[in-house]
Amino acid sequence: MSAIHPPATRLWWKQPLDRVEGTWIAIAFLWCLIMFFMMPYWHVFGKQNLSNEAYRTTPEVYSKKAQDMVDKYTVRTETAEKIPVVHPPAGSDVYLIARLWAWWPILELEKGKSYRLHLSSMDYLHGFSLQPANINLEVIPGYEMVVNVTPNEAGSFSIICNEFCGIGHSTMASKLYVVNK
Amino acid sequence: MASKEVYRTCPRSGLQFHDSAETLMKANAVAGVVFLLFGGVLALLVALTRWPAVHLLSADWFYLVLTAHGLDMLVFWIIFFEIAVLYFCSSTLLRCRLATPRMAWLAFALMLIGAVTTNVAIFQGNSSVMMTSYVPMQASPVFYLGLILFAVGALIGCFVFFGTLVVAKAEKTYQGSVPLVTFGAVTAAIIAVFTIASGAIILIPTFLWSVGYIKAIDPLMYRVIWWAFGHSSQQINVAAHIAVWYAIAAIVFGAKPMSERVSRGAFLLYIFFLQLASAHHILVDPGISSEWKVFNTSYAMYLAVLASMVHGLTIPGAIEVAQREKGFNKGLFEWLRKAPWSNPVFSAMFISLIGFGFLGGISGVMMGTEQLNLIIHNTIYVPGHFHATVVIGTTLTFMALTYFLIPVLFRREIMFPGLAKWQPYLFGFGMYVFVLVMMGAGTLGVPRRHWDMSFLGAVMPYEFPGSAYLLMSLVGASAVVAVIGGGAYILITVSSILFGKRLEAGVTSSKPTPVVTPITAAISSHGSNIGIAGFAAPGTFVLAMVFLVAFVLYYFINWKYLSQVWGLS
Repeated sequence: MSAIHPPATRLWWKQPLDRVEGTWIAIAFLWCLIMFFMMPYWHVFGKQNLSNEAYRTTPEVYSKKAQDMVDKYTVRTETAEKIPVVHPPAGSDVYLIARLWAWWPILELEKGKSYRLHLSSMDYLHGFSLQPANINLEVIPGYEMVVNVTPNEAGSFSIICNEFCGIGHSTMASKLYVVNK
Repeated sequence: MASKEVYRTCPRSGLQFHDSAETLMKANAVAGVVFLLFGGVLALLVALTRWPAVHLLSADWFYLVLTAHGLDMLVFWIIFFEIAVLYFCSSTLLRCRLATPRMAWLAFALMLIGAVTTNVAIFQGNSSVMMTSYVPMQASPVFYLGLILFAVGALIGCFVFFGTLVVAKAEKTYQGSVPLVTFGAVTAAIIAVFTIASGAIILIPTFLWSVGYIKAIDPLMYRVIWWAFGHSSQQINVAAHIAVWYAIAAIVFGAKPMSERVSRGAFLLYIFFLQLASAHHILVDPGISSEWKVFNTSYAMYLAVLASMVHGLTIPGAIEVAQREKGFNKGLFEWLRKAPWSNPVFSAMFISLIGFGFLGGISGVMMGTEQLNLIIHNTIYVPGHFHATVVIGTTLTFMALTYFLIPVLFRREIMFPGLAKWQPYLFGFGMYVFVLVMMGAGTLGVPRRHWDMSFLGAVMPYEFPGSAYLLMSLVGASAVVAVIGGGAYILITVSSILFGKRLEAGVTSSKPTPVVTPITAAISSHGSNIGIAGFAAPGTFVLAMVFLVAFVLYYFINWKYLSQVWGLS
């Protein structure tokens, strides 16, 4: 009988597998295992992983750290709003603030150098989206995320917000520069 | 009460309908279609705003309409229809009375009140928080209250379903095990209970927070628990629409499952593992370990993906076997060529199955991979993926089922049969293009839930490449095609139910007639005279291998893309 009727055989679970089903299950399961082990494999051998280093923080504590960095390493300002452009030393802790509706400050990094990039939000959720590299991270208020980033190309990048954060969401865009040493 | 009950045997399908269940199914299905109509209008407005050259709505209206579109489609349309499916899979397929019809009406009333309440809250304008309503962005308390009422109603509906299974067992209206389709519905209902409980755990405190009784909700905790509700909501749909695929294979072809054991085992894997997928949404969040992400995002070891790949083989496989046994046994694909492509019940179901697997399934697994999510998260690729699963998967399947239910449940002849023949193609292929171009735009970084990709008014705007604008224009254009296809469905359904020629009701009785199944202890296999090389369904196997090759290639292409971006550790 068909699938909308009770099984015709009382001991339906004893029916042997069709060859087509058995073969497919074996192939599909093998593929599932390959996909599963790709993730730990990439943690060991790949170059794009999240450290998952994170701390609880508050907007006050976090913005103080960002301000200290800006005070030390600002090299110039941009736009009429005089947004500081910060060029921190390679290997240092770099702080980026997400708030309604701006990223602050503008970072200038060196190609091939690593930085400990910190991200946190002052208010709602925001989405760090680096274009055109298309690297995307979730930025959450009360949490400070640390990612070790190593830019592999020089140029002018944009950071846009891709987590809905209110009416000004679509104006939340900033720059990030990568320069050759 | 019991003395007044009426059971009708449909002369067109042989199915038996309990009158209370029949009215409830109609009410829930109609409510669902009304929300589909409303959500479809909103869909058009969203798409015409994201089409850069049209850019129809203002920002505040865009976010308002997008919030309402998400909830009306993913939650209200689909769950109303699913409750009708649950009653069908219990009372109708098991030929018994529906348990506690009054409670079922209470469920319906709560769902309706909840859905309307939430919509009113959204359209009052201070609840444009998106379907996900991430804290600390706050909606009006009425917004959460409506969702909670709807969820309570849906939960009662699930328990009416479970109660009906008990009734059928106790009153011996069937022998042996429940049908496979009912088993699929049980899977959906179990997942629904988990889903709704998760929703309650997070939405009740959020409601209390919005009225001031709770000081703060942790935003990360909110995301983890909300997605146990949000993503699992789609897992109810997957279990339900796959059950409906089996039902349609049975109804149109008389197909029997290739093996009950395999198909039920696959549903069992859904019950065990499908809910872990809430992790898909928090792969690039701070404060969650990679071990947790890897285990959960892969449903333990992709065991739920395995289950979907099994269903993806066994459903067309069952159709192939049925067709071959009817004599369409030539070559690899005669069974498929000779399928009833002009019957919308079949064509909608098959377009749904192919689209769900190739477009929704592959993209979902790819972006649900821990590291690959870095280059996809929150781009418009994500709605591209889930329109393939929710719309091509679930909505199109429910459309297919509607074409069966109009004569059988509503007892009306389908109006505009010529249009009905084309509707699945128009809607289905419109959606195919829509999701493909959306995914394309996402790989170029176009964000989701974003009013203006030209960043008008930004101090330092980002200029997307021309190809991204082209793809977003195609998103708009293909959405218009799909909305026309959806409109055709609404037109056919509503006019058939209201004005279609009435069909004969069939004989009625005051007692249910049990299912008559010739139960045997013997195990029968498929006839060895069909198929090729010992494969009963060789054509399906070839299709499955094509799917696998596409899957493997696409998966590794994305690893290649990932390997080219900045070093992250």
